[in-house]
Amino acid sequence: MRWHLQGGHVIDPACGRDGPADVWIADGHIVAVGTAPPEFTADRTLALDGRLVLPGLIDLAVRLREPGQEHKATIASELPAAAAGGITTLVCPPDTQPVVDSPAQIEYIQRSAAAVGGPRVEVLAALTVGLEGTALAEMAALRDGGCIGLSNGLRPVANTLVLRRALEYADTLGLTVHLHPLDPHLAADGCAHEGAVATRLGLPGIPRAAETAALAQILALVEQTGARVHICRLSTARGAHLLAQARAEGLPVSADVAVHQLFLTEDDLEGFDARCHVLPPARTAADRAALREAVASGLVQAVCSDHQPHDEDAKTAPFPQTEPGVSGLETLLALMLELVGQGVLDRPTAVAALTGGPATVLGLDRGALRPGAPADLTVVDPDTTWTLEAQNMRSRGRNTPFLGRRLRGRVTHTWVAGTLVYALEGGR
Amino acid sequence: MKPQSPVARPASLQLTPDGRLRHFLSIEGLPRALLEQILDTAESFANLGGPAVKKVPLLRGKTIVNLFFEASTRTRTTFELAAKRLSADVLNLNIGAAATVKGETLLDTLRNLEAMHTDMFVVRHADSGAAHFIARHAAPHVRVINAGDGRHAHPTQAMLDMFTIRRVKGAFEPLCVAIVGDILHSRVARSQIHALKTLGTGCVRVVAPRTLLPAEVETLGVEAHVDPETGLEEADVIIMLRLQRERMKGAFLPSEHEYFQRFGLTEERLRRARPDVIVMHPGPINRGVEIDSRVADGPRSVILRQVTYGIAVRMAVMSMALGTGTDAS
Repeated sequence: MRWHLQGGHVIDPACGRDGPADVWIADGHIVAVGTAPPEFTADRTLALDGRLVLPGLIDLAVRLREPGQEHKATIASELPAAAAGGITTLVCPPDTQPVVDSPAQIEYIQRSAAAVGGPRVEVLAALTVGLEGTALAEMAALRDGGCIGLSNGLRPVANTLVLRRALEYADTLGLTVHLHPLDPHLAADGCAHEGAVATRLGLPGIPRAAETAALAQILALVEQTGARVHICRLSTARGAHLLAQARAEGLPVSADVAVHQLFLTEDDLEGFDARCHVLPPARTAADRAALREAVASGLVQAVCSDHQPHDEDAKTAPFPQTEPGVSGLETLLALMLELVGQGVLDRPTAVAALTGGPATVLGLDRGALRPGAPADLTVVDPDTTWTLEAQNMRSRGRNTPFLGRRLRGRVTHTWVAGTLVYALEGGR
Repeated sequence: MKPQSPVARPASLQLTPDGRLRHFLSIEGLPRALLEQILDTAESFANLGGPAVKKVPLLRGKTIVNLFFEASTRTRTTFELAAKRLSADVLNLNIGAAATVKGETLLDTLRNLEAMHTDMFVVRHADSGAAHFIARHAAPHVRVINAGDGRHAHPTQAMLDMFTIRRVKGAFEPLCVAIVGDILHSRVARSQIHALKTLGTGCVRVVAPRTLLPAEVETLGVEAHVDPETGLEEADVIIMLRLQRERMKGAFLPSEHEYFQRFGLTEERLRRARPDVIVMHPGPINRGVEIDSRVADGPRSVILRQVTYGIAVRMAVMSMALGTGTDAS
């Protein structure tokens, strides 16, 4: 299908573009942006009336729950939700059941995803066998099997020597390691930020030092080994500070935050609201402000949904017994646009954190609308307001604290490799 | 900024629209007048009959379920006695881990019990927030009393402590109350602090080594003392908390011996408090760990009176929550 997207406003920070421009697509690729290609006949012309045209969003953390937890969600249930959220590439962590520590698991996920169609699925493979933190996974086989990087999920690699070796071996193969800075001993059985609210509610706390101690250890090993590391889900102001220092020293580290960390604080746990049970925990307003600033300055180059769909039972229990996580695919973009509306982020920075930023983290040639690049695009109507309602969510997980929230800006079309994979019903 | 949350906040969950007690989940968020009403109602029950307390027919025909997911003898027994003296039918369920082993969720257990036409659940559970959870999911006519949830709250224990203090000391305003021991893990301490602050207590102190003080404990409106000598200075009331033996394993403390040496309430340490100080303890006591027997059994101790008053306070809360308490006096 040959497309002519007419009269849109293209925001493509990677190409330095923020203004009205037409886009032409053919054979799954971008043919031209701004200047009409010679002798182009479109099969379909779409008049966009000033709607925003963005590179397709790239989401660094999406739990598809398959294999192993199909009662929560499946690849078939979540890929359409991602497409509706404007996401064209998503990365799934290796903590499925069984864990992704063999090429067969990567193949299973990618074949299932291909059968469903829609967004591209990239797989993070296990850093250690069974994510147990003791023996190195067969990383070369995993790379040849198509993994995009390595991770130990939220499971610790408690032995620093094992972590050092893992980083060195991964670096040997040119693989980036995605690490969660969370000290397992300091986090212990905690389920809330260690502070005034957890003290009042009697919830076991996770201190900020659980993040900073782990982060300092990771950064020391990056300094020692020179291995490329991506820091997942920062949650503290002090963590952002440590990251800034490391970047200033030229260490090869990148980082992301989950979009809900830019909104929630410990106060949202009031009344034991399990929908706000997330890991790392929602911290204080000061931490949230620092994280917002870190995204605004580009220190943190990616914002992800940290999508974790749950069945209802998982959130229906006394707070400490509930499972952490938010179903976030369908609100990622709208929440980022809300931060633009509040003046926290400028629009190109918000878009970069969802496109070019994560593409760089992954080392992928995506997240930009360059002629010749695969046609992964998202069109957004920035003026549409809508309310997030459980019955209208496409994800099987309805676990989000943003239910009932008025949102502004809605995805109307999503293309992956030139194929329209989502069009808003009733949309123009 | 804040995501709109339809989840009821503790106060609105606990109170009826016209401000009467519906559930008794935590002291936090309850107005002073309501706490005083509980104490006054308890007085009316405590004055009934003398040693051989007679039954009152207030809750005849009501079914109360003691739903204990965590072991307890004293609290469960006093709830049972309180319910029986109000003429209610009582069902004791010590669930422990049994139901969860069978894979039944808390909600399943609740639905099954509701199907038996129960009117009130008295709940003890190892997780903070469990009583709120049950109150939020229970059928509209069912009342919930929190008999201890995790580290969060144990409001009836706090109210019987307030009852004891008021009986001995009268007004709360001039008092200095020191709570000594494992504040971090103590639901009793949290509820006592809220109750004392709500009732206008002049000075509330918590006294413990830093490993047993929760983060930012001053935000509860208390003074934190790591030195028992200053923490007990001129205190009118000393509340000792039980030290769980397993705290040694979590590296909170080196040994029981060292804890007693440093924080144990001895006759010598007691002399730092005011001469008319009273010593309280929610029980069960670890003699020689947090308190010396000579103090526990001594003239300043009101520990056994606390147990006696526990029944009257629980009668008050149960009758108020089931909508009949105000007629008691």
